[in-house]
Amino acid sequence: MKNKKWTKFFVVALSCMMVFAMTACGGGSDSGSSEEGDAAAVLHLGGVGPLTGPAALYGTAVKNGAQLAVDEINAANPDGLQLAWDMQDDEHDAEKSVNAYNKLVDDGMQILVGTVTTAPCTAVAAEAYEDRMFALTPSASGPAVTEGNDNVFQLCFSDPNQGIASADYIKENFGDKTVGVIYNNADNYSSGIYDKFKSEYEAGGKKLAAEEAFSDDANADFTAQLNSMKNAGVDLIFLPIYYTPASNIMTQANKMGYEPTFFGVDGMDGILDLEGFDTSLAEGVMLLTPFTPYSEDEEVQKFVKAYEDAYGETPIQFAADAYDCVYAVYDAFQKTGLDASASYDEICEAMIGVFTGGDFKASGLTADEMQWEASGEVNKTPKVCVIEDGKYVEQ
Amino acid sequence: MTFLNSLISGLSLGSVYAIIALGYTMVYGISKMLNFAHGDVIMVGGYVSFCLTMYVGMNGWIALLIAMVVCTLLGIIIERLAYRPLRGTGSLAVLITAIGVSYFLQNAALLIWGANPRVFTSLFNGMDTMHAAGGQLTITPESLFTIIANIVIMIVLTLFVSRTKAGKAMRAVSEDNGAAQLMGINVNQSISLTFAIGSGLAAVAGVLMCSAYPVLMPTTGAMPGIKAFTAAVFGGIGSIPGAMIGGLILGIIEIFSRAYISTELSDAIVFACLIIVLLVKPTGLLGKKVSEKV
Repeated sequence: MKNKKWTKFFVVALSCMMVFAMTACGGGSDSGSSEEGDAAAVLHLGGVGPLTGPAALYGTAVKNGAQLAVDEINAANPDGLQLAWDMQDDEHDAEKSVNAYNKLVDDGMQILVGTVTTAPCTAVAAEAYEDRMFALTPSASGPAVTEGNDNVFQLCFSDPNQGIASADYIKENFGDKTVGVIYNNADNYSSGIYDKFKSEYEAGGKKLAAEEAFSDDANADFTAQLNSMKNAGVDLIFLPIYYTPASNIMTQANKMGYEPTFFGVDGMDGILDLEGFDTSLAEGVMLLTPFTPYSEDEEVQKFVKAYEDAYGETPIQFAADAYDCVYAVYDAFQKTGLDASASYDEICEAMIGVFTGGDFKASGLTADEMQWEASGEVNKTPKVCVIEDGKYVEQ
Repeated sequence: MTFLNSLISGLSLGSVYAIIALGYTMVYGISKMLNFAHGDVIMVGGYVSFCLTMYVGMNGWIALLIAMVVCTLLGIIIERLAYRPLRGTGSLAVLITAIGVSYFLQNAALLIWGANPRVFTSLFNGMDTMHAAGGQLTITPESLFTIIANIVIMIVLTLFVSRTKAGKAMRAVSEDNGAAQLMGINVNQSISLTFAIGSGLAAVAGVLMCSAYPVLMPTTGAMPGIKAFTAAVFGGIGSIPGAMIGGLILGIIEIFSRAYISTELSDAIVFACLIIVLLVKPTGLLGKKVSEKV
């Protein structure tokens, strides 16, 4: 009897040791080319986002954009600090996202570049806050992501900021237009922007002529909403929604013979690449976006070319956000003066210090001189683009 | 004018629901099962037609015919492989299988066509929108043809079921499966035929729906499928005229509540009406009360 107990204990202990050894190996093997003792020179970046499922477009763009930046940094300075990049799939699901995050932590991740979408990111941010893991998300724009988490930062505009910036731009440039809004009331992103847009737009005594909602179903009948806009005399419709329902709205408005100006936010990015969509319907659409692949900026052109060569498609904004994230994290890490062998909680405190220190500015494809608030929100100037001849033209 | 515009939108949307609801109601009538994969057959019809017009450059009407053939075959195959082996095993097993088939179709579409949405080219692209009352009233060719298609399908189907031999066989099987078999009716064949007709109509519904609301995604069929199922229950599940009336009423309620009450609450209002109808008349508007055989 006693013997048996000891055997059991021995087996358990042995398997514990094996698991431990294996995870240690897993962490080490990511470092790739470097030899055993030199593992200290590799900083491990982890990412989580939807690589499959309906939001796969965004996760894949982040994965590819970050990979490009990592390859560039590693190639530019082969003897200096090297980066390792590992991205896990979460299918845009909060539970899977947390699991993927935990796996990355076990594998030795030191900084999280993610996660990609808002709802999963909110769940992961809470974990990262508990763990003291520094996180910079390229694209999760909801306010809940950074709220109460001093170690989570956003590289994209937060939803409220997009609403405020859009309202200010419209008031300034289209003061004489009658403005209406169609938004998705089942989506945090859309209703978050709408709330701020409304309060900012109406702050100066102006009124929105019509506000209509729809719920999630991108393929719905929008004639009721459009008729209400038309009857209210609206000639500028603000669309804080993704490009899929937006394309549907534009097609139906065209059939009705109703031609207002459409004004979108960063979710509108992608409408020109929608297969089968008559892009002439999007002519004159304005949108607030931090990145367009058609920009004449030299850096952007270089990035677009490298991306097209590597992945065979034109990068969307998410790819540029991820690219900038990697550079921002790399630059900030250099400023901390830490060694790549530092533990992630040590790195976290030092990175928070740099990000909120006041003199750290990151430049990239999506903006020059980005700075961060202690709340985690980014300060950068939005670019307004208008679609002309099937291309984005910066205003 | 808002009233007339909304009425036309409502009739057109309701017609789409009605055509889809036919598939639910006929299948339920004959085999007493809810075919939850029906909505996804619509999506397949949309994609087939999209691919033929976009990549092969086929005329939209010919593409529609081919999509109907593909969906008909798909319906027969689904019935043969997934539902027939389970016949007689209790309704829960079949119900779960139907949900499984629905997920299977959605994920297969995701694999084949990817997650990126497509924009469907309308079948009526060359035709102009009609305007009346000084441009106040607009009638799109999509709504006009959808309403006409719905009426034609209803008349043809009612005649088929009441006048032809195959139609009478279907009714007999629906009334009493065992007795029909004793009378020399091939039950399996009748059920296959029902699935074939329902799925062929799903392709028509898919193309008409995507012509009016052009976004095509692997999940495109899910929501209209649920709404059409509601329409079938609303009208009395198992009844063909019930599906038509249920679909039209549902479409009109949906559009009118958006136009006059609230765009946010339209779905809630639609389903609240369903609950009220079922409370007052549990079998639906035209449903027959069937006494349970002991």
